[in-house]
Amino acid sequence: MAKVKVHRNPPSLDMTPMVDLAFLLVTFFMLTTTFAPQEPVVVDLPKSVSEIILPDKDRIIISIADDGRVFFDMDNQGARKTMLRYMGDKYGISFTPQQETAFSILQGFGVPVNTLPGFLDMDPDERNAIQQPGIPSDSVNNQLADWVVFARMSNPKVRIAVKGDRDTNYKVVARVINTLIDRKVLRFNLITGLEQEV
Amino acid sequence: MAEIQGGGGGGHKKGGGKVRVKKQSTKIDMTPMVDLAFLLLTFFILTTTFNKPKTMEVNMPDKVDDPSQQTKINQKDILNLVLGEDDKIFWWIGLEPPVSQTDYSSGGVRKLLLEQTTANPKMMVLIKPQDESRYENMVNILDEMDITDIKRYAIVEYSEDDKLIIAGQVGEGGTIEATEEGQ
Repeated sequence: MAKVKVHRNPPSLDMTPMVDLAFLLVTFFMLTTTFAPQEPVVVDLPKSVSEIILPDKDRIIISIADDGRVFFDMDNQGARKTMLRYMGDKYGISFTPQQETAFSILQGFGVPVNTLPGFLDMDPDERNAIQQPGIPSDSVNNQLADWVVFARMSNPKVRIAVKGDRDTNYKVVARVINTLIDRKVLRFNLITGLEQEV
Repeated sequence: MAEIQGGGGGGHKKGGGKVRVKKQSTKIDMTPMVDLAFLLLTFFILTTTFNKPKTMEVNMPDKVDDPSQQTKINQKDILNLVLGEDDKIFWWIGLEPPVSQTDYSSGGVRKLLLEQTTANPKMMVLIKPQDESRYENMVNILDEMDITDIKRYAIVEYSEDDKLIIAGQVGEGGTIEATEEGQ
């Protein structure tokens, strides 16, 4: 009697199309993704129906936290160094090359310029750990205005965007906006989230 | 799911004299690669941010100190919107009370704006945020200007006069109740 041989096929499955698809998606996401930069402060954006997208480069973002602290951020590392030098000249502070490099790769910051060298000497982890006091923007000591002026001097194409928290007191926002108007920045953007239901 | 390698191929009879050329399978085990691909895929899907922040463009007028250079507007063509605390809006036309109160709903300020601009197309809206109001209030009002397609508007300072107008109303009636714009 012939033995019935059960031909055991391994449970094989051609995964090639799946792998193709998976890698296609991986490539797509890798190329399109831009990592959200680390924010110095969490800002809860107000909503609007506006659909204008914020430009990706040549921008200054002035963040306003809900407790009224003001933060400043600009892209373009070269321009940041130039801006820092202008700022140092004005306030009589000299920055070491290490500090300049640290500043150029820094994200948004919110410290007065006289404490900036100490802030730049810290480790990135230390910087995240401390509570930044915000940039002085009142009429007595308006460093925000200087930052804006020097930023525009180092990169004339720059656009200014204000990123306020929805619960910020209007008083602070008005102070920032008036600072901009006084420096002849009459066109700027307000960063908002997209409103879902209209 | 995963492919289980069947151990080369053939070779059921052992020994049988003939030297069988062991045929190497051309298949490779793709499981680890697939694992890695999906891991990366998941990572990128989760970290990617599709909704880029949107912005509103704002054009502010330059400060004009010389009164002769300032634009004069008939007070009948002015709609004052004062943004107060707790999401209240006070509004009146020109320099005159009565002051009414409304809110940010579509039946509130949007209806008001549409009514007023159809009644008077020359209407200029002055937005006066009080210091107590929130940033969101200002953004919402600017948004309403966009929605109702009002081109003539300005953000101005909340002045002492405005304070008196509102205070006068509150003093007389106790609290300002929403008049015509009820719900």
